[in-house]
Amino acid sequence: MNPTIGWIRQLAESWGVPAVLVPLVPFLLLLIALYAVIGLAAYGAKRKWPRADKTIAFWLFISPWLIGFAVFTVGPMVSSIYVSLTSWDLITAPKFVGLANYSEAFQDPRVAQALKVTLLYAVISVPLQTALAFLVALLLNADLPGMRFFRTVWYLPSLVSGVAQMVLFLWVFNPQYGLANDVLSKLGIDGPGWFNDASWALPTVILMSLWTVGGAMVIYLAGLKDVPTNLYEAAALDGAGPVRTFWHVTLPQLSPIILFNALTGIIGSLQIFTQGFIANGGPKDSLLFFVYYLYDNAFQNFRMGYASALAWILFVVIVALTAVTARGSAFAVYYETELSGRRRRLRRK
Amino acid sequence: MAVLAASRPVVAAYRADRPFWRRNLPLTIILHVVLALGSLVFVYPFLWMIATSLRSLAGVGSSGASVWPREFLWDNYTRAVTSFPFWRYTLNSLLTTLIPIIGTVFSCALAGFAFARLRVRFTGVVFAVVLATMLLPGQVTMVPQFMLFNNLGMVDTLYPLILPAFFGSPFYIFLFRQFFSRMPSELADAAVVDGCGWFRMFLLVYVPLARPAVVAVSILLFMGYWNNFLGPAIYINSDKWKTLPLALAGFQSVNGTDTPLLMATSVLITLPCLVIFFVAQKHLTNGITFTGGK
Repeated sequence: MNPTIGWIRQLAESWGVPAVLVPLVPFLLLLIALYAVIGLAAYGAKRKWPRADKTIAFWLFISPWLIGFAVFTVGPMVSSIYVSLTSWDLITAPKFVGLANYSEAFQDPRVAQALKVTLLYAVISVPLQTALAFLVALLLNADLPGMRFFRTVWYLPSLVSGVAQMVLFLWVFNPQYGLANDVLSKLGIDGPGWFNDASWALPTVILMSLWTVGGAMVIYLAGLKDVPTNLYEAAALDGAGPVRTFWHVTLPQLSPIILFNALTGIIGSLQIFTQGFIANGGPKDSLLFFVYYLYDNAFQNFRMGYASALAWILFVVIVALTAVTARGSAFAVYYETELSGRRRRLRRK
Repeated sequence: MAVLAASRPVVAAYRADRPFWRRNLPLTIILHVVLALGSLVFVYPFLWMIATSLRSLAGVGSSGASVWPREFLWDNYTRAVTSFPFWRYTLNSLLTTLIPIIGTVFSCALAGFAFARLRVRFTGVVFAVVLATMLLPGQVTMVPQFMLFNNLGMVDTLYPLILPAFFGSPFYIFLFRQFFSRMPSELADAAVVDGCGWFRMFLLVYVPLARPAVVAVSILLFMGYWNNFLGPAIYINSDKWKTLPLALAGFQSVNGTDTPLLMATSVLITLPCLVIFFVAQKHLTNGITFTGGK
């Protein structure tokens, strides 16, 4: 703890602030001081430039985000660069070690394993999830009776998330008593060891992730309902059948939504943590997801410097994979704005 | 092919004045069978969870894939609530869910309004920065943020799970901006003519009209905060401040063999999300229409 903060806390305690609220006092004081400065600056600016009230209001309105961005994002990122160049256990003073953490990370076989597991998970599960969610959305968009019921049923599993989901699936895929192997044995198949088998653990997590496609599915469903009907009318008048209508109307119209979902899906899947944590990294590190290994280094072994270096490696991987997806799909995505831009240009002529 | 034909909306050009299922009954039946089978696969683990939570330990070993509990041991739920400080953890979970919802909704609505209605010189640039941070993985700042809260003396309290919510979140800022942009700007003009300040206009004119967005965002946030696991796993050490997911994870590693108890606890943790989903289903679908990313 910072000595000044400690002093403020002692002061707060002696003033009879309840123990639960004591940690909050220094933070609140800092925030109040900050807003006092901001308020004074805004007041001064308003007196000096009375016509700029909109500008002042804008900056005041976004000030919570701006402060958060500085305090919880930019500041930590900058300090993270420094910490990644040190050896630090949080107790003794950080020791500068140069790029040693990075060279260690590149030689650490567990880092390679963590990268492999995480990338495999992202590269396999995201396309599968996207395809399944889209297919289900198409199915559920059909003009048939009873669709509301089916939509609810398909969305329901998405509500069981995180730890509860993993706890449930550890039992669903229990080799002896689990649901999966019991069903398989009734079909005459000898089920695998699932989470207990190093070569099956990752496929099992991927399979499990398909259970919660409902979240993406409802977004596609909303997108399908948003496609302008006149496009379908035009396609029908031109004699397009269902398949051509799908390729030339439905898919292009939904492509921005698909890209958006795929991007957030990739970022989310690279951050997978809970499954690795509950499974303790899985047999033979088969579920050693990168964030779990990072967490293990930082908060179990207290190797802050090494963990920061790992965080930067993860950052580079995420940015690279996002950029590849965004660039690679640029040709396939249709944006409404392109059209309106063209229209505007035409109108000007 | 069949799917595509059925999911194509009915437009004048090929409408035969009858719903699809009257026009093409065989296809309708096939689609329904596919849907029913798929739904069964999807909902089965869910039903199995509930069934298992009502069985005895011996029953779990012998019932396999059956989803009919046969025995109804409600006692499992009593045990789930009493065998660990369940209500204390529920309180912690509620504190780290409801307060952050208020904080996020307020800060994001404020920023979203500014980006939508207060177009000034740098609005576009700053908004681009907001969107860029959406791609930034939280894990990069995980370690230094921990050091920040450590410096503030807040490790092993609920504050690190609550306070950051008051400083906006790019995704929800984006949602609120989309929502406010769709509202007529005449409202703002009228309020300005009436001599209303920007903040009062936001609070008295725009927020009441943004009720659907606020409800939808709150529901989405509830699901996220209620199930948050990484945050508590980093910051909470002592039993007193554990949230439900963290407690369940610890429970799993200690009582890993008491399946009915684990399932009962899982059902209890999922229950609030289920209730909210069924109560607010309509609002949620409303919200999703502007989540689309267009």
